[in-house]
Amino acid sequence: MSTSSVLYDHPGPRARIRNTVLSVIFGVAVLALLYWLYRKFDQAGQWEAWLWKPFADPKTWTQFVLPGLWATLKAASVGMLLSLAFGIVFAVGRLSNHWWISVPAGAVVEFFRAVPLLLMIFFVFYGLPWVLKQPVSAFWAVVIGLTLYNGSVLAEAFRAGIRSVPGGQSEAAYAIGMRKTQVMQLILIPQAARAMLPIIVSQLVVLLKDTALGYIVAYPELLQRGVNDLAANYGNIIPAAMVIAVIYIVINSLLTAFAGWLDRRSRMRAFRVPKQTAPAGAADSTPEGGATVSEPQG
Amino acid sequence: MHVFTDPKNFDAYVSGFLWILKLTGASAACALVLGVLLAAMRVSPVPVLRGFGAGWVNIFRNTPLTLVIFFCYFGLYSTLGLSLSQELDLNRYWLGVIGLSTYTAAFVCEAIRSGINTVPTGQAEAARAIGLSFAQTLRIVVLPQAARSVIAPFGSILIALCKNATIVGTIGLMESSNVMKDLINSYGNAVIPIFLVFAGTFAALLIPTGYFFGWLANKLAVKR
Repeated sequence: MSTSSVLYDHPGPRARIRNTVLSVIFGVAVLALLYWLYRKFDQAGQWEAWLWKPFADPKTWTQFVLPGLWATLKAASVGMLLSLAFGIVFAVGRLSNHWWISVPAGAVVEFFRAVPLLLMIFFVFYGLPWVLKQPVSAFWAVVIGLTLYNGSVLAEAFRAGIRSVPGGQSEAAYAIGMRKTQVMQLILIPQAARAMLPIIVSQLVVLLKDTALGYIVAYPELLQRGVNDLAANYGNIIPAAMVIAVIYIVINSLLTAFAGWLDRRSRMRAFRVPKQTAPAGAADSTPEGGATVSEPQG
Repeated sequence: MHVFTDPKNFDAYVSGFLWILKLTGASAACALVLGVLLAAMRVSPVPVLRGFGAGWVNIFRNTPLTLVIFFCYFGLYSTLGLSLSQELDLNRYWLGVIGLSTYTAAFVCEAIRSGINTVPTGQAEAARAIGLSFAQTLRIVVLPQAARSVIAPFGSILIALCKNATIVGTIGLMESSNVMKDLINSYGNAVIPIFLVFAGTFAALLIPTGYFFGWLANKLAVKR
């Protein structure tokens, strides 16, 4: 349902005038706000050319921004792979018929979903070296933290996905003589993965954004290299933060758009058993909270 | 547990979590108000309002919170001189609230928008048929029904917000994760108990919250 057309009538002449007037008033207000911000930054001297000049210098990009971006993408992709594996293992574990598997798996998932990522990264980076008697690199601190947190969220998504596969599917599989493992591997997981693909991708956007926390343990990712280190060299922290924000927004928008495209595609090609699947609208408000609105982690 | 029997450490632990709760409370209230307004803008008949709402959501949903908080501190405070309190910690607190609520509002807005989508078309059509204006349709008919279906997403947003509050530690507020870091650095022999206490406190706060919201969502769900 496209809300825009349902919530109000097609505008007649008066409504059109009113909408135009409101548009103009609000547009002017927004522009005034932006201008005020511009003026404020101007007074603080943030638009001066020398602050922005480093971005015209290829060295800025090759020494700071691109290596940072590369480190961000590296941590994100390793974290993605590991958290997907973690998610599948624990989702299956939680659905196990043996309580001695399902209860610990459930406890692990619930625990890591409730612990802030920053706390986990601090523990791995500052705490684990005391236990292991050897330092843990910032890269692994970030990746382990990301894996445990996002893996747990993905485990819940997978579990919801596996349970949303119509019951007839596994019944049919058992009926033709498949074993439990085969049913899971050949029947349930492939269908669940497809149904959950959009949620998985949007969780991966969250994961990519969360790599920014690596800056706290001095992992040289985009925020660390592009804002902190760059500003330490050129003294242009605000322009650097703006440029880096744009880079993040572009990358994440692309991923979000990809997730949206997958969502539309999978809705069109959803299970061809219309009766047993939830209608598109209801799927938007599944009680499995994190499932729809990907959790807004940092 | 000898770490926490020292009253100094215990006080740090308590005040760390008090900051988290205060940040969560204030930001949740601001983000809710802001999010509802943004959602109303995004479905309104005025194109400029829709564009503003969409722009806000796209910018803040795609920027890492760390960067948003960073910008609040270095942009709003250091550069623009926006000082919200004479006290250093309170100033950081309010800057953190600004960052957290602008960021979370984007997610609240999206949750409400998808909640509005779950309200059957007939409801809005009937409201228009009896002559209600856009604001009336939204306020009297659509939002109250949408509110019931967004409780579960709101629960996960609130939980995420509480966890995200630790990120305000990056601008120097001594919230729980910073307290934990300090304790780990001074008590290297008790690393695991320290982590378990801090993580356990979060789990004890947030896991019941999750179940509560799940229960509430079921209880208030519109049966259709």
